Amino acid sequence: MKAKIFPIFLIITFSIIFYVFYKGLQNSNIYTPEIKSEIKIPSFEAKEFFSKDTINSDQIFTGSEFYLLNIWASWCIPCKEEHKYLMDLSKKENIKIIGQNYKDNFVNAKNFLIKLDNPYDLIFSDNDGTIAIEWGAYGVPESFLIKNNQIIKKIIGPLNEKLFSEIKELTQ
Amino acid sequence: MNILKLLITVIFLINFYSSDLKAKNLGTEITKNLRCLICQGQSVYDSDSEFANSLKILVEKKLDDGLNEKQIYDYLKNKYGDWILYDPGFNKNTYFLWLLPILMFVFGGAIILRKVILKKKKL
Repeated sequence: MKAKIFPIFLIITFSIIFYVFYKGLQNSNIYTPEIKSEIKIPSFEAKEFFSKDTINSDQIFTGSEFYLLNIWASWCIPCKEEHKYLMDLSKKENIKIIGQNYKDNFVNAKNFLIKLDNPYDLIFSDNDGTIAIEWGAYGVPESFLIKNNQIIKKIIGPLNEKLFSEIKELTQ
Repeated sequence: MNILKLLITVIFLINFYSSDLKAKNLGTEITKNLRCLICQGQSVYDSDSEFANSLKILVEKKLDDGLNEKQIYDYLKNKYGDWILYDPGFNKNTYFLWLLPILMFVFGGAIILRKVILKKKKL
């Protein structure tokens, strides 16, 4: 009796291990933790991109319209891909696009905007990347849809057709 | 000869001690306990990614603002979730993680105890 229990136990153990690892193969190896979807926006101080004046975050997100905060940089290739969606959104009346220029060179960033056009209502600089951390961001590009000082949607990575129509729907 | 050996050993030990002192910086300690979220498997201290470098600056800034270690961990946990800490707190998502070693210890101990008792009975 004892001799039989052991092999059965072994087989069961190994099949459980096999199952767990096999399941794990299909998982993405980048783990992004769940975050509360509705959180208050952080407060911070930054320098305006063109004039270099110091502005406070409560001066930026004042109105009750929608704001799209977009973290971008001229050295970021996916930012170029999402640029056309930002241009499209900038034509909408009820949404203001705020740019956060992440760890960028001023001349390069300016050339980027001249070449591809400027969709932003306001841009501020984030030279050492600490404001991005205040937002809980991972890198560039990243966008936050904001209404009444609450983040209602967080987009990690570039905008695409699907996300673009989602934003359009949310801001109807 | 022996005195010379002893002297060299003492000098070595003193050097080790002083080099250890230099590394004891609170900012470094904190960033060693943070996971770099975009280069997983590395701590923020070890990583040279944009994200990690910004986080290092931010930790120093927060320390200058007078926040203590725990406040900085809480602040980052609020932004990025438990995952950023290498030493996650005890909550409903992590209780299994924390209790598993204890469970295994108790289970293993029970098996050993049983064997010992059985052996004694045989004797």
